[in-house]
Amino acid sequence: MASLRDIRRRIRGVRNTAQITKAMELVAASRMRRAQQRVTASRPYAETMRTLIAELASVSTGHLSGEALHPLLVQREVDTVGIVLLTSDRGLAGALNTNVIRRGSELIREQTQAVELITVGRKGQDFMARRGQTLLGTFTQLGDRPEYDAIIPIARTVMDSYMAGVMDRCYVVYPRFVSTLAQRPEVVQILPITGNAPAEGERPERPIDYIYEPNPAAILQALLPRYVEVLIYQAVLETVASEQSARMVAMRNANDNAKQLVDDLTLTYNKARQSQITGEVLEIANAAEAMAAQA
Amino acid sequence: MAKLSVEIVTAERQLLAEKDVDMVVAPGAEGVVGILPRHAPLLTTLRPGAIRIKKDGGETAMSVGGGFLQVNADRVLILADAAEREDEIDAARAEEARKRAEAALRDASRGGSPAQVQAARYALDVSLARLTVVRRRRGRESRQ
Repeated sequence: MASLRDIRRRIRGVRNTAQITKAMELVAASRMRRAQQRVTASRPYAETMRTLIAELASVSTGHLSGEALHPLLVQREVDTVGIVLLTSDRGLAGALNTNVIRRGSELIREQTQAVELITVGRKGQDFMARRGQTLLGTFTQLGDRPEYDAIIPIARTVMDSYMAGVMDRCYVVYPRFVSTLAQRPEVVQILPITGNAPAEGERPERPIDYIYEPNPAAILQALLPRYVEVLIYQAVLETVASEQSARMVAMRNANDNAKQLVDDLTLTYNKARQSQITGEVLEIANAAEAMAAQA
Repeated sequence: MAKLSVEIVTAERQLLAEKDVDMVVAPGAEGVVGILPRHAPLLTTLRPGAIRIKKDGGETAMSVGGGFLQVNADRVLILADAAEREDEIDAARAEEARKRAEAALRDASRGGSPAQVQAARYALDVSLARLTVVRRRRGRESRQ
């Protein structure tokens, strides 16, 4: 049985750890609120852009049936699949990164074609590098409040490789923020852009006869790269919100565990102390009796 | 009488959502466009400049760095890049940004790549758009 001093040291150790996890929980909670707001605030933009593209694509195909207007819309035979894997930079976020990485690895295994991988976030990068996967690009340290400009290099890499024929299709894999308690790994195809298939009932019965300035092709030219950026930006925001939520929950669990552990250890400590005292009392009583017998 | 409903969103947030608007003025790709109720459906790209929204005799302004504008059935939708409401723009900082952009443009045109020149010119246009918005506000205030 552990000595009293050992138990006391354990209790102190657990308490210290609990203090840290408590602090981390609070930090994550406040960042989480901000991150969640940012995710919801950025959704309308992506949504409206999607409907715009759908409308444009439907009129454009009217003009030039089958002919793709823009290199980002070109559907090619797929030789190489690009995958952008989004994870957090830091750990201690429960099973979040494990789940995303597992989904990403599954996706890689499913492909019969060659795979080009781009990682965003240190966790995914480290994992894939350990597995000996070659990486087309890696991005880290986007921070807790990524600016729009910060993701442009990612979008640039993806679009350039697509247009150069390095990849013929591209997916992003990221932890979608569902709620504070739930984050689900999600796979979204970002290239080629398939905005020309809007959801049921969304397509107007008669295409609206827009005036285009300067012209549909030029507008698409400006709109499509922007759309790819927005999709990636959205995924990054989702990742940040998921990370903070997952960390907050993980740290709360750690706190609960620590408390449980301290309670258990305290009980053991008290029991051990009691039995030691009992032992000492017995010794004294025995000694006193022996002395009395001698006298 | 018909009125417009206006929505301005950026990638980061929704900047403005307003109903019963009388007129929207925006820097379109082929010149400044003024949009009144019952405007024909229109889709245009935007250049850096000022957007003005007139409602009940009052006017709000904001600067945009570019984006897209869609008009359909008295609904004006603006997808804006780097947009700021006039009350958010800090005149001193905008002025500083203009100076920086001018310096960058000078550097870039002296032996920078075409992409650098373009980026610097864009930054200058955006800062000028902000300044225009601020100056107009000041002009209005001093008249009152």
